[in-house]
Amino acid sequence: MAEKFDLIVVGTGPGGYVAAIRASQLGLKTAVVERDALGGVCLNWGCIPTKALLRSAEVYHQMKNASAYGLKVEGVSFDLESVVKRSRQIAGQLSGGVKHLMKKNKITVIEGEGRVAKGGAAPKVIVKGKDGKDTTYEPKNVLLATGARARTIPQAGLEPDGKYIWTAKEAMVPDTMPKKLLVIGSGAIGIEFASFYNTLGADVTVVEMMDRILPVEDEEISSMALKSFQKQGMKIQMGAAVESVKPGKSDISATIKGKDGKTVTETYDRIILAIGIVGNVENLGLEELGVKVDRTHVVVDGFGQTNVKGLYAIGDLTGGPWLAHKASHEGVVCVEKIAGKNPHAFETWNIPGCTYCHPQVASVGLTEAKAKEAGHKVKVGKFPFIGNGKAIALGEPEGLIKTVFDEKTGELLGAHMIGAEVTELIQGYVVARQGELTEGELMETVFPHPTLSEMMHESVLAAYDRVIHI
Amino acid sequence: MAINITMPALSPTMEEGTLAKWLKKEGDTISSGDIIAEIETDKATMEVEAVDEGTLAKILIEAGTEGVKVNSVIAVLAEEGEDASEIEAPEADAAAPEATSDKSESKAEPEKEKAPEPAPSEEKSETKSKPADVDTSKALASTGKGEDRIKASPLARRIAAQKGVDLKSLKGSGPHGRIIRKDVENAQPGASSSTAASAGASAPAGSPDGLILPQILDDRVYAPDSYELKPLDGMRKTVAKRLTTSFMQVPHFPLNVDISLDKLLSSRAAINEAAPEGVKVSVNDMLIKASAMALMAEPDCNASFTDNGIAYHKSAHISVAVAIDGGLITPVIRDAQTKGLRQISEEMKDLATRARDRKLKPQEYMGGTFSISNLGMFGIKSFASIINPPEGMIMSVGAGEKRAIVKADGSIGAATQMTVTLTCDHRVIGGAEGAKWLQAFKRFVETPETMLL
Repeated sequence: MAEKFDLIVVGTGPGGYVAAIRASQLGLKTAVVERDALGGVCLNWGCIPTKALLRSAEVYHQMKNASAYGLKVEGVSFDLESVVKRSRQIAGQLSGGVKHLMKKNKITVIEGEGRVAKGGAAPKVIVKGKDGKDTTYEPKNVLLATGARARTIPQAGLEPDGKYIWTAKEAMVPDTMPKKLLVIGSGAIGIEFASFYNTLGADVTVVEMMDRILPVEDEEISSMALKSFQKQGMKIQMGAAVESVKPGKSDISATIKGKDGKTVTETYDRIILAIGIVGNVENLGLEELGVKVDRTHVVVDGFGQTNVKGLYAIGDLTGGPWLAHKASHEGVVCVEKIAGKNPHAFETWNIPGCTYCHPQVASVGLTEAKAKEAGHKVKVGKFPFIGNGKAIALGEPEGLIKTVFDEKTGELLGAHMIGAEVTELIQGYVVARQGELTEGELMETVFPHPTLSEMMHESVLAAYDRVIHI
Repeated sequence: MAINITMPALSPTMEEGTLAKWLKKEGDTISSGDIIAEIETDKATMEVEAVDEGTLAKILIEAGTEGVKVNSVIAVLAEEGEDASEIEAPEADAAAPEATSDKSESKAEPEKEKAPEPAPSEEKSETKSKPADVDTSKALASTGKGEDRIKASPLARRIAAQKGVDLKSLKGSGPHGRIIRKDVENAQPGASSSTAASAGASAPAGSPDGLILPQILDDRVYAPDSYELKPLDGMRKTVAKRLTTSFMQVPHFPLNVDISLDKLLSSRAAINEAAPEGVKVSVNDMLIKASAMALMAEPDCNASFTDNGIAYHKSAHISVAVAIDGGLITPVIRDAQTKGLRQISEEMKDLATRARDRKLKPQEYMGGTFSISNLGMFGIKSFASIINPPEGMIMSVGAGEKRAIVKADGSIGAATQMTVTLTCDHRVIGGAEGAKWLQAFKRFVETPETMLL
């Protein structure tokens, strides 16, 4: 008979492992099941290793522009293998960190592929170990946190082929530096890789079906990002779609139907697929239990409860926004509920999003257009990086911080930023929104000088015609 | 030892007042009983008496400061032997709430009993964080009170003010019971929870603040140079608040009747002729007496509706509306049914004079059970007044005038008549009760001698 657990978490991404730690803190005897590396996609194949790659690209970019800072750097070049090695080493370090956290919190790590089956009060968990043998557990609660993976369209040949077509996972460990690269999809993932390879010198084309890149961002931010990427040499086709791809001997050709309806066929060294993600709902035993699934995502309530008693799900598996921090927070809410605490139901209105291209993009809440659509009369504040001393000193005078307020209540409906380090800035607005501050408190808050954060203040002031430095 | 002089609560309803005037200046010697300042409360201008003696070391609140919270420190007194110049102002800002002070006393606290503690930082930020250009003072004003402090997000406060939701009536669902936007958005305007209702009769369902939607001067409506802006003083605010609450919350209806005045006028002439020098009874004095007698005859009408139940008053305390510069006040003739016309007349004269000077004490304008408003002197034929809660009825008296009437025998003749309108709180007075009261009143006025019975 296998060990008895209060909670078994299947999947150890930022949703699963955080939930497990919180569960352990609350006194639940907890185990996690992982088929690959602790930390899931985020630590191993997503957020963290891409940031390591992008950091290399950024430093490379700065070195090439060293003269702008009065520095002399000669013979700048890079070694792709070392760049990737650094990224892998960082992923490995963090995965090791999660292992330590599991140990520290007395969480049992079960290696293997988990699935659920009909049980008593809660479903059973059957884990197929590395040796191929099944072990059955009968925990009191089961939490599924199996995450998601890149969406593919096999009918159109848009799936990893082990050679020319990459998803994020392959793009992260390139065997070769593509000279000519096609990125399909201009969401956060597509744009980050486009930015990375473009900086390293690849000839990058981005194809986006919508009429603008970064389609979830504020239109003004999208258009500023577009200009910036084009200036950096990226080719961007909007309102366009890849109709078919055809692998050749040493490259792959793609037929793209443009906005004007004309189709053009071109060859590329590599293609990166970034056309969304799908939940990992397969081979989990969900059908047998009758778990409600809607378009590859498990249906849950605000506390992660599925329609099956004792079975919970969180993170990418349950739908967007597909972000690590959303999964972690959901995991905490879910586990607190299981432990009989009284958490607030999970809500998505205040989840910030960050894109680590160059320039960075970060946002939270409603875009100006969405706010108007929702019936708000808005006050909009904008402050450009060129008006900020720190930005100029950094040599980063391009960018914008935009705030959208409800005219009547002074609620900060949304904040949208583009420029250096904005991914580190956005949290200020997230806290303000969570605390339900109005423009009044934000105006009265003192922001330190000289920092980029002063622009956050100025943007608020600008919304009320009180901007100082412009 | 330095002694703090605090803002006194001069009436039970007073939460803040305007420090109108300092009668002593820094360095002055103060004896117990000296009048040191004048305070404009929600109803009147009151004097602040010193209870301790010493030297007025520091004035912390300037004359003319509005919205000074009850119990905040307004000045510091140096005791004998103390060097006034060395007295430091208490550290906490003057508006900080003081949890431990005794509201009923208008004077200095024996100090050292800790200077007002600095408010917890969270609270401070809330009271201070008034958006510069947006008037949310109403919503924020209620935050500064010790344990009564309402935990609510700034956004929740603002939406509550706009929606007319009383935060006190809400249960917060945020961390530590904090009221957040969602709680306010889900609330009904003017909603009052069971906790608010059980707080006592003095708390009407839904605060008047909550009911009054902000009415902000808009440059697009009135050009800024086209009017003169006069700030709201305590009385104007209170009158506005109370009348709005009354008009919106009390289901009221008017009843009117014509009353012949001929007999009353001749009685009055006779009384005044016989009265000693200086005594002159007015028609209004006689109507006060008649009202009180009618309330005794129809005791069901001498009533107040409250959340605790209907209060049937044992005595007739008649509030008489007196228009004064800057507002309206209703001094009360207490136990009017027991008083003679001469006494009523003298009291009324005194009360009206002091009302105009804003020198009434709270107990002189509170506690009425019935109101009379008389606009007859302006030739108004009839009008309906707004009930003065918690009173159940108010009578509006029109002008006495010669009118053509059809007499009992069918012939047309002339008589002096007036029209009175009785506005009733329908929660406690039915149409029939109101009518019966008017019948009784009419009888007393038309046969004034019955008042002697």
